[in-house]
Parts: sequence; C-alpha cells; structure tokens
Amino acid sequence: MQIIIIGDGKVGYSLAEHLSQEDHDVTIIDKNPEALRKADEALDVMCIKGNGLSTKVLLEAGVREADLLIAATSSDEMNMVCALTGRKLGAAHTIARIRDPEYAEELSILKEDLGLDLVINPEQAAAHEIARLLRFPSATDVEHFAKGRIEFIEIKATPDMPLIGIPLRDLPDKIIKNILIGVVKRGNEIIIPNGDYQIKAGDHLNIIGKPSDIFDFSKRIGKNTQKIRTVMVVGGGRIAHYLGSVLKQYDMKSKIIEIDSNRCRELAESLPDVLIINGDGTDKALLDSENLSEMDAFISLTGRDEDNLVSAVLAKKSGVKKVIAKITRIDYPSIFHDMGVDSILNPKLITTNYILKYVRGLSNAVGNPAETVYKIVDEKAEVLEFTANASTSFLNTPLKKLKLVDGVIIGAIARRNDIIIPHGDDVIKKGDKVIVVTVEKQIHDFNQVVISMRD
Amino acid sequence: MNIRMIIKTIGYLLMVEAGCMLPSLVVSLINQQNDTKAFIISIIFLTVLGFIMSEIPSRNNTFYARDGFAIVSLGWILVSVFGALPYVISGAIPSYVDAFFETVSGFTTTGSSILREIEGLPKGILFWRSFTNWVGGMGVLVMMISVLPAAGANTAHIMKAESPGPDPGKLVPRIGKSSKILYLMYAGLSLIMVVLLLLGGMPLYDTLIHAFSTAGTGGFSNRNLSVGAYNNIYFEIIIGIFMFVFGVNFTLYYQSLKGNLKSAIKDEEFRFYFFTVIAAIILITWNLRGTVFSTIGESLRHSFFQVNSIITTTGFSSTNFDLWPSFSKAILVLLMFIGGSAGSTAGGLKCVRCMLLFKTVKHEVRKVIHPRSVYNITYNGKTVDDSRISGVKTYFFIYMVIFSVALLLISLDGYDMVSNFTTVTAAISNVGPGLGVAGPFGSFADYSALSKLVLSFAMLFGRLEIYPLLILFAPTFWKKVNI
Repeated sequence: MQIIIIGDGKVGYSLAEHLSQEDHDVTIIDKNPEALRKADEALDVMCIKGNGLSTKVLLEAGVREADLLIAATSSDEMNMVCALTGRKLGAAHTIARIRDPEYAEELSILKEDLGLDLVINPEQAAAHEIARLLRFPSATDVEHFAKGRIEFIEIKATPDMPLIGIPLRDLPDKIIKNILIGVVKRGNEIIIPNGDYQIKAGDHLNIIGKPSDIFDFSKRIGKNTQKIRTVMVVGGGRIAHYLGSVLKQYDMKSKIIEIDSNRCRELAESLPDVLIINGDGTDKALLDSENLSEMDAFISLTGRDEDNLVSAVLAKKSGVKKVIAKITRIDYPSIFHDMGVDSILNPKLITTNYILKYVRGLSNAVGNPAETVYKIVDEKAEVLEFTANASTSFLNTPLKKLKLVDGVIIGAIARRNDIIIPHGDDVIKKGDKVIVVTVEKQIHDFNQVVISMRD
Repeated sequence: MNIRMIIKTIGYLLMVEAGCMLPSLVVSLINQQNDTKAFIISIIFLTVLGFIMSEIPSRNNTFYARDGFAIVSLGWILVSVFGALPYVISGAIPSYVDAFFETVSGFTTTGSSILREIEGLPKGILFWRSFTNWVGGMGVLVMMISVLPAAGANTAHIMKAESPGPDPGKLVPRIGKSSKILYLMYAGLSLIMVVLLLLGGMPLYDTLIHAFSTAGTGGFSNRNLSVGAYNNIYFEIIIGIFMFVFGVNFTLYYQSLKGNLKSAIKDEEFRFYFFTVIAAIILITWNLRGTVFSTIGESLRHSFFQVNSIITTTGFSSTNFDLWPSFSKAILVLLMFIGGSAGSTAGGLKCVRCMLLFKTVKHEVRKVIHPRSVYNITYNGKTVDDSRISGVKTYFFIYMVIFSVALLLISLDGYDMVSNFTTVTAAISNVGPGLGVAGPFGSFADYSALSKLVLSFAMLFGRLEIYPLLILFAPTFWKKVNI
C-alpha cells in the first residue's frame, strides 16, 4: 500500500519502521530536517520536508494515489486538518491521532465530518491497557485475541511455583490443563519451549489459553489472583485522566498525586470520585503518608522516565504488589523488569500496535494476512491472529503432518465457542481463528507458517 | 566498518558486471572476430570471483554511510580493473594501463580514448566499450540495486554515493523500485533513440553503439571521425537532441510521466540548463559564421551539435572544433566545467551547483549593501539550508584542488598548456576530447603511463563526485574504531 505519515515523531518513526518492513511504500512528511535525516538514513522510506497541511507538499508525497494517510503530529488540530485535506485530495483512508480529552468526547461527530477512518487516542489506549493489567495482576503483560475469547499473558516464574525444574512433558496434566506455554524469555534469550524444557525461576512465561483456564492455571501455580482494589497513580497527565474514569468502572479506588496545583484543580473537577493529592510523587515521605505500602497497585505516569522509574522502584520496595511504570523514550524494558518493576507501559508502542492492526486489516483483500499482531517480549516475538479461509493451503490436515517454519508455533484455535489448545491430531478448519506465535520472524501470510506437509 | 559486507556487496557487483558482458559476447559470437574467447574468459573469471566474494558469511548485514561510500569507490575501481580484461585478452589494447584507462573512460562516461584506429577493432570489443558508457551513465551499483531482490534501507547509502548531484533523492519510497524505474526510463529513452536513428538509415550496430554512448553521455563512437564520419544532418540532430535529453534530471521525466509536466518545465535547474545551451549556441554560431563555415546554417548545425555534446559532457564531434576561433573554444571549455543537470548521466560541476554558487554571490553582494539583511537562498521555491550551500562551496573548491593536482602531474609530460588544461578538464568533467594534443581528432595515446593513471583517477573523481574516492585517502577511514 502507499502510505503517507505526517509527523516524524516517536509514533511516526516507529510506524514507518514497521510498515516499511511489511512491504508498504511509506512517505514521511515533517517540518524538522533533523528528524527526517534519521528516518532517511535508517529506513527504506521517502522523506519530504514540509508542512503536512500544505496541499503542495501532500501532492508531492503522492496523496492522490495514497491508500492511507496517518496524521501523527504533536498537535490534534493539525492532525485533523491534515486528515481532512488528505481526504479531499484523494487519500483512500485516513487515521488521525487525537488526544485532547475535550475532543475525545466529540469524537463520533469529528470522525464523521472529517471523514476519518480511525482515531487513535494514545493516552486513552494506554489507560485501557493499564486497566487490563490491573484486572490480571499476576501478569506482566496481557493481550486479547479472537474478540477476547483467547488471552495471552506473561508471567514471571518464581521459585515457589510447582512447575519449576520439571520437564514440560512430565508436568502433571492437572496443572497445565488447556493452556500452552508459548514463548519463554530467559535473560536475553527467547525460547520456544519443547517437551524437555525445564522452567527456572526468573523465566518470563508467555501463556495462551481461554481467560478462565488461564485464571485457573495462575491459581494452581500459586500466583495470587487476588483482585486489585486500591490504586495509587503518580502524575496527573492525560493518561491519569482517562485512567481515573476507567478504574471507576472496574470498581477500583484510585488516588492521583500531581505536582502542579492548577492541574490538580482541573483533575478534581473532571474526576469527582478520585482523590487528588497535590505533591511530589518521588517524595518518599509523601508517599508513605498516603500509605503507599497498603496499596494494591502503583502506577507512575509522569512525563519523565527517570522519575517514573524511581517512584516505581520505591513502591516495589515498600511492598506494593503490582507496579507499572510508563517509559517513553527507552527501548529496553528488560532493564526495568530486573529492577523489580512489574510492567512497563509504552504509549508509543500501544499506538503503533493499534494502527498496525488497522493497516493489516486494510491490506486484507489479498491472500490470508494476519488480522491482529502484537509484539511481545521486547518486540522480539509476535503473536498473530489469522482466520483460516479458502486460500489456506493446509485445511483439515492433522497438525502433526505439517512441517512448520522454525521459530513458529500454532498457539490456539478458536472455533465457534470452543477454544482448542492444539495437539498433533487437531486440524484447522475453514473459518477458524488461529493464534500463531513467531520468534524473530516476519510472517505476513498464514500460508507462510507451513513449509511442507509430512506424509 | 563492516568489511565483510563490503566484500559481499562488491562480489554481487562483479557478478552484475559479468552479466553486463553477455550482450558483447553475443555480438562477438555473431561477428566471429576472435574476441569471443576474451569475453568468455572474463565472464567466467568475474562470475567465479564474484560468487566467492558474495558467499563470505557476514555477521551483521547493516552498513552505514561510510560503508556505502567504500562500496561505491572500491566497487568502481574493481569494476574498472576487471572491465579492462576483454581488451587485454583479445589483444585489442595490449598494454594493461591503456586498457584500464579505456575502461575507466567508458564507465565514467568520459569517452576519452587512447585508440588512434578504432574502425579496425573487433565489433564485440567496440560494443563492450560503448556498453560501459551506458551502464556507467546511470550507475553500475544502481543497476545492481535494481537487480538484487532484497534492496533494504541500507542500500540508500550506496545510491546516494553513486548518483550525481548535491542532493540525490528517491523517486518513490522504495529504493529497489526507484532504481528499477530509473533504469526503465533510461532504457526506454535509449530505445526511442535507436528507433529514430534506424529510421534515418544508420546500420543497427552503429545505432546501438551511438545510442549507448549518447545515453550515458560518454561519447564512444565506432568511427574514427566520430559522428562527423556520417556527415548526415538528420543523425546530428537526433543525437544532438538526445544528448540534451540525457543531460536533464531524470526526476523531471518521472514527474512528467506522472502528469506533472508543468512543474518539470518550471524547474529552475532545467531552465538554467536550457538557456545556457541556447545562449552558447547563439554565441558560437555568431562567432563561426563567415570564418569557419560560410553559411549561418552550417555554423548553426555544428554549434548546436557541439554545444550539446560538450555541456552534457558526451564528447561526440561533428567536426574538428579544435580549429575553431578562440572565443568559441573558450565557451566550450566553460561549458565543460558547468556540465549537465544533477540526477542525469552527465558530468561536470552540474547546473544546480553553478546556479547555487551564483545565488550565493548575489547574496554576498546584498550583504555588503545591507549588512543586517536576512536573506534566504531559494531553489525551486524552497529555502536551501546553509549546510547545503556550504557543501556546494566546498565541493567547488575541492574540485579545483583535484583539478590543479592533476594538471601539475600531467604537465610533467611537457605538452603545451592548452592541451594539458583542457585534457584535465575533459577528464574530471567526464567530457572526453579536449583541445590540442587530445582534441576531437587526437588521442590520449601519447601521454605517459603515469599521466594515464592520473587522468583515470581524475575521471573517477569526477564521476563519483569526489567524496567517495577522497575518503579512501583519509587515514581514519581504514581504522576499525575511528574517532
């Protein structure tokens, strides 16, 4: 597809990187030559210096033939006008990033009038992501597939788990019932475990299964699945704003600590049910006086990665069960896991994943491409969702007869109401939703998963 | 520096060169003039060597700007070193230094020759000689990128280092596709030219030779007297027009094909190029009338051909312009420096650089009159960054430095100043013939081996626009960790 991205910021760059790797023709427009230089040197994309609002620049970028225009500059208004102009000049689809809560409420009107196909609000998406993590506190990462019928979670193995040190094939059936350990991260290594694999403490296990089965599994391995009821949030930015209202729906009580008193007043006005505290979130005395150690969860969402990290480590040391930190700039989440932070939230990644998912949906017309893709374990592995259709070359063949590409496994199959954790005798039927896990591989089409059929 | 990756890429490049020899092999098979063996040996040698180099395992496949520069400069040197094989093996050019000079002159689209007697040589060899013009014009590495299936973002560094002009850009987002489009347009234009020459009654073999040399703006002919040998106005007009066409930035053709003819015509560089050509033709016609040629028509005919031939740095001749009056010769020498447009197959300083230099002068004058004035240099309606302007100034300076060094070394041979000056200009601007000893009907054969090597490198410096080759001489470039 011909894709134009306006705004070469964090999200724009990351989108361009992934989209060009997936064989789309990407053109980036930005006013800042420094940002463009980086993209021009590292990516196979075309860079145009100029204002994305200008018709001339858009035409130069080939907006008439463009299949998709993504407006991801730092300004909402700019994004809206860019998308509108792009649409009028002939872009087939438009996506705009609109993040101001004030606009967020009028979104449906805006979407229609501006001809937007998708609106992404990174902060709102991040808030929903946090809520998902809080509902499943033992997991460091939670993703949903097949409309929520299949869940994918990441759990860190601790020494007290009953499955430590036993080869997977010898694990009693009642522990590992109906779930699959898809990918394991040990140190910097990503492993697809086979029957001989023994889990060690410190491994990050990525588990696929039905939400209820995963819940049971966590209970059996002793990860507490106690519900989170109280949440402390440091940093009252936009994510905190959305999070406040989302948490209320899930019956969790929250308090937000914010350093700026004016912002506190605004938050108090828009979130009447949330306790707003004016103070410094890295100040231990303040956190203690707000009984940090009694909290079920702690989330640091300030604009500075360093502050977020300090507060998060502080919270973990005080005994908070679930600690989440927002990290925007740094791309190595594993460092932070080592420091005890349970989950890392990267709004850039969330936005990128969200848009990539949409783009893959658009290019759906030919062959059998992935419908949903999530990057997991530091973006080294991907979980993809496919729907088996007539073009799938291995329908109704028992899986044991298929030779899969190295580093690829079929994780789960959703067939009408059943969720199947596949074994050798299972087959893929037309219409099945299939979850595939890949490690350091680029798979775009379902048929690429299988090398050949074994007799 | 990722040395393994550089070797691997050059391995692919040598295999591409072997592929480029195949058409010449076919021609030699058809004509049976004992040069077949030379091509077969060269092709097998290049394929085997290239294959071995390309099979070197590389730990990581990324390379950066300097690796791209290294690939381009080392690649061009090696391609020239091995491209000389057919000449030597077939015995057409017995001395290796001469053969190397001829190959460099071919690939850099210079068109200078050490041969005195061209017409007696085997047809396969002459075909290869012109074909190097054609491949070198658009770029050997650009061809490699367009042929290789997996051209990643990395290869952008290679394309940038090889493509002429101060700011080479892509036509479309994907580098592989860009290079394919470039070669398609290039081949398409060459084909049109072949057809037009055939319609005028030129033999097929001659049309191919002249189309290749015109497209690459090289100027190798298969006739001793170049295009003048035919004494045919139709051929001169067609070749003249196509020389002009190949001196235009190819981006403009792409824009026109996409239906944006208007902005292509409005392009500042194109206008500069066009009006320079018109002005030069008028001045030379005026100067020649009544002295060298008796009629205005005859003067116009030769000044039209010669101006296009020189400004695009092709170097074909329709007549011996060495006999023209000084004023006309001076204009031609100035045109050698200006050269064609950026992003074309022509050499020289390039119109856009000259234009930016003029604009800088205007800017400086203004600064003197209004010391506090704020003034942007614009090009095609867009402000040009200061870094690009200073890049152009530095380029001009270094061009002159290379020119002076080459001139000093050539002067050791003891020829007259005009010959030496124009010979070096012709080499570094990739024109081909100069004046005096190396004039249109002269030859470079009499220069010493040292001078031939110096001129070869001057041609490479001119074609690759100096920097890729210059970094080879920077000591830090060769260090693994360079600070």
